[in-house]
Amino acid sequence: MPTTRVAVIGSGPSGAYTAQLLTEESESPVEVDVFDRLPTPFGLVRYGVAPDHPRVKSITTSFAEVFEETPGLRFLGNVHVGTDVSIDELRSHYDAVVFAHGAPLDRRLDVPGEELARVHAVREFVSWYQGHPDQSAEAFALDGRRAVVIGVGNVALDAARMLVREIDDLRRTDIPEHIVDAFAASTFEEVVVIGRRGPGFAKFTNKEFIELLEVESTDIVIDPADLELDAAQQAHVDADPAARRLLTTFRKAADRGILGRPKSIRFLFDRTPIGFVGEDGAVSGIRLAKTSDPSTIEVLETQLALRSVGYLGKPLDGLPFDEGTGTVPHLDSRVVDGGVVVPGVYVAGWIKRGPNGVVGTNRKCALETVTSVLEDVAARERTSTASTAAEVDELLNSRGVDVVDWHGWRAIEEAEGATGASVGRERVKLHDRDEMLRVAAAHRSLVGAPGHG
Amino acid sequence: MVYVVTEACVDVQDKSCMQECPADCIFEGGRMTYINPDLCIDCGACVTACPVDAVFYDAELPSDQEHYLELNERFFAEVETPKNGRKAGKIFFDVDEIAALAPRGKA
Repeated sequence: MPTTRVAVIGSGPSGAYTAQLLTEESESPVEVDVFDRLPTPFGLVRYGVAPDHPRVKSITTSFAEVFEETPGLRFLGNVHVGTDVSIDELRSHYDAVVFAHGAPLDRRLDVPGEELARVHAVREFVSWYQGHPDQSAEAFALDGRRAVVIGVGNVALDAARMLVREIDDLRRTDIPEHIVDAFAASTFEEVVVIGRRGPGFAKFTNKEFIELLEVESTDIVIDPADLELDAAQQAHVDADPAARRLLTTFRKAADRGILGRPKSIRFLFDRTPIGFVGEDGAVSGIRLAKTSDPSTIEVLETQLALRSVGYLGKPLDGLPFDEGTGTVPHLDSRVVDGGVVVPGVYVAGWIKRGPNGVVGTNRKCALETVTSVLEDVAARERTSTASTAAEVDELLNSRGVDVVDWHGWRAIEEAEGATGASVGRERVKLHDRDEMLRVAAAHRSLVGAPGHG
Repeated sequence: MVYVVTEACVDVQDKSCMQECPADCIFEGGRMTYINPDLCIDCGACVTACPVDAVFYDAELPSDQEHYLELNERFFAEVETPKNGRKAGKIFFDVDEIAALAPRGKA
């Protein structure tokens, strides 16, 4: 049986599941190279899933098992597709290329003042506290009194919860020590979560909201009047069990009332952000119009504004892109350009279906992709024309790409374990990309092995 | 904290949840599916996957379904299960309370 070689771009949940399912489902031998622009695998499980959700993060254990135990499955970290190697090159070196690189950009509000300092995409804030190498250690100073989070999804609640979380809780996570210190020095007392529509349309899950109620330092403030639903909200809640559950908990929160705790998270519904007010170049207030009555306008004082209104895919050179949806157009996961299938190119995860769902959603999504890949492989008349793993290594090597393979990642992981142990934690993430690369390189020179993994 | 399958699953066993559970912690018993609390990672994929709204986070269980927290747990104490629910296949066993339920009509 000829071996099929597949490149998967992105090692987050959709990429990891694609790699796993390709090797599990195929009846003929398959080798998979999983590329990531970061030196570390697992994408948003490492840098998106909240640090105080360790059980969700623990899915990396089963992803790691797959990388460790599957012959022919490799991790090639620190490789930038589009710069280090082009999409056309990937297509010529592999039988199939699956793009699973997620949705790395953010939707904007497109209102005046959005360019002010301390108005950020929530992703930047999340990346910062997760120790993502793209965000510097100093990117955020938490020295305001009131923060606003615009949006009512799970990411918005994660950000709000992190801003009020007890420091002892943060010390149980894997976030870098300097980030814990920044939160310990935070002067924020209130976080206002702003929803364009009413509570009936809030998108975060009931579980996330229940967790907020369990943060002991913090009052959850909800105006009971907001819970008297209009017809549109009522119809939505009647049809959607998730919204119904959430509303039950909203009512509990309103009943609990204000307990005089040191911090608070306040929900402000039926408000549309129409602009930001600044002072010395930094945000000092947000202008809000009542969504149901746009002539009613207020200015809410704030020193940090995080917009959490959706992630957006990024166009890649050589890959079709739909600007409207922020995704790559496809037919059964096969990329299409002007209605014509691009042979051998596929999508999985957020770049395929948009930024929605939880970790597990990506398995079903990846299975659809893998089914199409394997159908095409089976229908193919010629044998594989892919390059070997060694040839791919040679190509990257010739371009001076400092590939971090699985062993390199394990070295980074070990260093994170050691850093954690020094402060009584299980793991503390390395934040700095150069440091990660140094750790991986030190390991490489120690074992003198080429980039196989 | 854990997710729990409740009565709405009995004699339905749609199993969509098992396709989406990243931890493979959902097992197909005789008349309903059960979540292994030791393997569940709290992600909530099963909640949205379930067509009959049978899965709840423990803290949101309706009061008449609260005993399902214990029933899910007990299943794994009473029957030997492998590590992976998806690969385990059907396990012809239910905890007593479920086995004793009157058949639920597929009217």
